[in-house]
Amino acid sequence: MDQNKAASPAVQYKKASQGKEIWRRFRKSKGAVIGMIMLLIVAAVVIIGPIFVPYELVGKQDWANYLAKPSLEHLFGCDGYGRDVLARVIHGGKTSLGIAVLATVTSCVFGSILGAVAGFFGGKVDALIMRSLDIFMSVPDILFTMAVVFALGANFVNLMVALTLTFFTNYVRLVRSQVLTLSEVDYVEAARAGGARSVRIIFEHILPNSVGVIIVNTTLNVAKIIIYESTLSFLGLGMPPPAPEWGAMLSEAREFLTTAPHLLLFPSLAIVLTACAINLVGDGLRDALDPHLKS
Amino acid sequence: MYKFVIKRILFLIPTILGVTLIIYAVMNITPGNPGQAILGTGVSQEDIDAYNEKLGYNDPFLQKYVRYVKNMIFDQDFGISYVTKQDAFTEILPRYLITLKLAFLGVFLSAIIGIPLGIKAAVEQYKLWDTIPSIIAFLLAAVPAFVLGLVMLFVFCGWLNVLPSYGIGSFKHYIMPALAIAIPPAAQNFRFTKSSMLESIRQDYVRTARAKGVPEKQVIWKHVLKNALLPVITQVGLSLGTLICGAVVAEEMFSIPGVGSLIVERINYKDEPVIIAGTILIAICFTLVMLIVDVAYAYVDPRIRAKYTKSRK
Repeated sequence: MDQNKAASPAVQYKKASQGKEIWRRFRKSKGAVIGMIMLLIVAAVVIIGPIFVPYELVGKQDWANYLAKPSLEHLFGCDGYGRDVLARVIHGGKTSLGIAVLATVTSCVFGSILGAVAGFFGGKVDALIMRSLDIFMSVPDILFTMAVVFALGANFVNLMVALTLTFFTNYVRLVRSQVLTLSEVDYVEAARAGGARSVRIIFEHILPNSVGVIIVNTTLNVAKIIIYESTLSFLGLGMPPPAPEWGAMLSEAREFLTTAPHLLLFPSLAIVLTACAINLVGDGLRDALDPHLKS
Repeated sequence: MYKFVIKRILFLIPTILGVTLIIYAVMNITPGNPGQAILGTGVSQEDIDAYNEKLGYNDPFLQKYVRYVKNMIFDQDFGISYVTKQDAFTEILPRYLITLKLAFLGVFLSAIIGIPLGIKAAVEQYKLWDTIPSIIAFLLAAVPAFVLGLVMLFVFCGWLNVLPSYGIGSFKHYIMPALAIAIPPAAQNFRFTKSSMLESIRQDYVRTARAKGVPEKQVIWKHVLKNALLPVITQVGLSLGTLICGAVVAEEMFSIPGVGSLIVERINYKDEPVIIAGTILIAICFTLVMLIVDVAYAYVDPRIRAKYTKSRK
């Protein structure tokens, strides 16, 4: 009885402190905090911004403002159609970030399931999945995405399919290797010796211990997809116009490189700052979640 | 060793077949109409149907695929472009060489920029040569190649006016596109080399060498570098994937007549034969480079070599 009493607060203490401990380590890193603040600002602008800046402004052409320089009225200036760049950056961010986050989630789910299946069942299933993956990865990313977008046509859903099929491969390898290494560690062997069933081992030991690595990878993946997707829309393979996208805006800015450099500046800054913030947070998370990896 | 090479080369066959299958299948998701596309609009429906029949367009998918691969391997026949009505392969070949030139120039540049800086940063950890390149590399990880290209265009063409902004006439034309696509993978190479070096520096055999009194320079050159640079080979090979993506963008941006810009241009015209052929040719080149990288890795890494000779005696 006494022992139980003594043990239970200790267990509770441990459980409460896990998240706090991660947060404490995360906070200690200056870069991570800066990235977090930057990311919150970007998120606020993209989520709250559209309330103040109506979507009509995105397409509203006004020849009086042709290539207008940044001013109080148009903080980021206007583009070659006299459209407000600020409104386009905000609404473009909603599209670009939305696509990036959603595509990351879908590729994570799809890839993780395949990876878990490969790692857990092993043998022929594993060989089949991994060999197919090798072949899949032999097609350079950009060409594969272009082929899918070409075959299906460019719209939101097809773009998502294309990005998912391009990015799920990382997760298959990651989750498979996690499952393989974790099923060898001592505490899993101990659990197995103790008579735990496979389901219990997967949900009690393997999943909680690989969540950290997956979260870190997912965070960094969002930045990768933002960059990749902006490249696609720069090539004219993103969302069809007039939907604003950072990459497509930069593609239009090419014509006015010397006459209106602000068209180059603001969308580029938006891409770079967002990707940078996500990378900072991702690195911070990696150090916070797994202190062993810290170099 | 030669057994490993042969096995690896044999694996190339299913890989290339698989790659072709994936691309061919994706492209065939939406039905096209080659007869209509090649013969044009001023032809009767019967002629179009007859032409499609002659091409075997109405055959089942697998039959079409097998014929496509046969034609591809034995006659280098990738079909006829819907736009120019010319043989797709002859149309692509000169552009293909330009893309390869650009991509390999990028691989070369990214390696000679990234690797030496990575070595220097690891040797002088926490000093100026480490912190500044590390911060720059971190920032560059967030910059897409096309943004770099646009900034370069702005600085070197719009502002300083020292470099040509499009075409491939001279060596000068390659400077900007090659740098724009080489810098992001150079940053990757830098970070990878640095961490590989740092890992290697912490090994016991390095401590042993230092304890023996081996001069620091020799420790780095003989003991650390030799081991640390092995994984870098794979990394440089893999960066070709990033560089192909970069090459497509750079061709589009600097009006370079390569395969990438050709594919992007023909997507609007639904020119399937050219798109399929271009994609397959680049993918084949990519798999060949991966083969060379794997073999080179096995050749220089005595651990892999030993493992192979032992298990296959």
